[in-house]
Amino acid sequence: MLKIEGLTAGYGQAVILRDVALTAEAGEITVLMGRNGAGKTTLMKSIMGLVKAQSGRICLGETDLAQLPPHKVPGSGVGYVPQGRRLFSELTVAQNIEIGLGAGPKDPASRRETRDEMLELFPRLAERMNQRAGTLSGGEQQMLATARALCLKPQLLLLDEPTEGLQPSMIEAIRQVMLQMRDRGLAVLLVEQRIDAVLDFADRVSVLEMGRNAEDFTRAEIAPGEARLRAHLGV
Amino acid sequence: MDFGPYLMLAMLEGAVLAAVLALMASGLSLVFGVMRVVNVAHGEFYMLGAVMAWVVTQFMAGLGGGAAVNFIAAAVLAPLIVGTIAAAADITILKRLDYDPERVIVATIGVLYIIQQASLMGYGPDAKPVIAPFNSRIALPWFEFGEEGFQIYFPWGLSTTSYKLFVIVAAVVLLFALRLFMTRSRAGLIMRATQLDGEMATAFGIPVERVYAIVFGAGAALAALAGVLIVPIQQAHYLMGGDALLLSFIVVIIGGLGSLAGTVVAAVIIGMSDGIISVFFTPTLAKIIATLAVALVLVFRPQGLFGVKSR
Repeated sequence: MLKIEGLTAGYGQAVILRDVALTAEAGEITVLMGRNGAGKTTLMKSIMGLVKAQSGRICLGETDLAQLPPHKVPGSGVGYVPQGRRLFSELTVAQNIEIGLGAGPKDPASRRETRDEMLELFPRLAERMNQRAGTLSGGEQQMLATARALCLKPQLLLLDEPTEGLQPSMIEAIRQVMLQMRDRGLAVLLVEQRIDAVLDFADRVSVLEMGRNAEDFTRAEIAPGEARLRAHLGV
Repeated sequence: MDFGPYLMLAMLEGAVLAAVLALMASGLSLVFGVMRVVNVAHGEFYMLGAVMAWVVTQFMAGLGGGAAVNFIAAAVLAPLIVGTIAAAADITILKRLDYDPERVIVATIGVLYIIQQASLMGYGPDAKPVIAPFNSRIALPWFEFGEEGFQIYFPWGLSTTSYKLFVIVAAVVLLFALRLFMTRSRAGLIMRATQLDGEMATAFGIPVERVYAIVFGAGAALAALAGVLIVPIQQAHYLMGGDALLLSFIVVIIGGLGSLAGTVVAAVIIGMSDGIISVFFTPTLAKIIATLAVALVLVFRPQGLFGVKSR
């Protein structure tokens, strides 16, 4: 599904990622870990084209995303839930969803169907359609950010620390949605800091250190390698 | 004429200025709101609109068109031409500067002089009139409580023209349409999303640079439309953009940069006060007071009357 090879990227003269490789398969949750400043968010942004790749390939199926203009990336099947959610805070819940649908299915019937599907997945949003996104609670904002990304009907879902700052019930709700998406065959790439989450549902773990690949774990290697994983993260 | 009718006359003149100013400043505010850049060439797009109105009406008159048809052609074509020129300037200049706010100010100063001097070369140094599509004089009533009780009468000299009233109504309709466009249409939603977070807009498939080109063109087209509306009252001249730019900046700073509602309210305040002070005192005093008002706003409420305080 997603295959990144030799990716070097950064901001202006500053190189953040050096020769990074990563694979995320359909129907799997791949967790990207690393200490602060390791380059996890930059990698997510590079996949979205928001940080320009200086070299390397970011292939989603046959498409090299690195060669596309950034606004064409979501249309290729990549949904992005950024760190801090970054909703269009002055717009209503309905308008945020409308923006998400913009890069998704084109015909009105499919759009309506997708919108209804999202409201079924996150019933709380249905009650707040005309409320400004900035006035929602943290958990509701995370639901909206996830719904907005899923409106694209993505093959690959990028989630950058989606549970950061949320209460346990909301963390569980987000976890359930992720598992549901995995079961529907989406490739989920998740940036996560919580080791317990990784032990719970990760199919693969990839650790970044100082913008380089440090170590990769398959599902079978995660539990036995927990001590090494903790050492990488310094916890 | 008594003070009351005289004040009403001054307010009508002010309302015409407010209407034109609101349209022009809305363009400036739209560009800043969405793109976060200050367009110093905005006054020249206003001037270009007026000049284009003259060019189009001359061309149409050559084809034998009547004043009304010529004016409608100018009102449609001049904003389209000016908007296209501005969008081209955005793509060829601002986009290459990555919309960096400081460099855009310098670049648009360059655009200002290019447009101004090109107009001087092509259009000439003289002010030229455009005939209003209709311009009948309308006597206005006043009232008094005399010995015979409440009386309505028509004082000598208290009148306006149908065209001036049309300018006020047209500006109100256009600004209302602009608000509806921004709040109710999908294109408006895309512009607002781009304004709120350009990077996230890109992450949801919005071609931000294309949106910027359209917004820059639309902002210039609004200024051009203001130029077309004013030219039957004021004549087109290649230096007319300077004062208009100053007043537009005053309006958007008082109203709050990027706030359309604030821009309209500030345009009414500045336009009306300019009209009234100009009639009772001098136009120079009106400009001094407006500039002083900007200074006070910048000191005591830097975000403007309707602007959001930046964190």
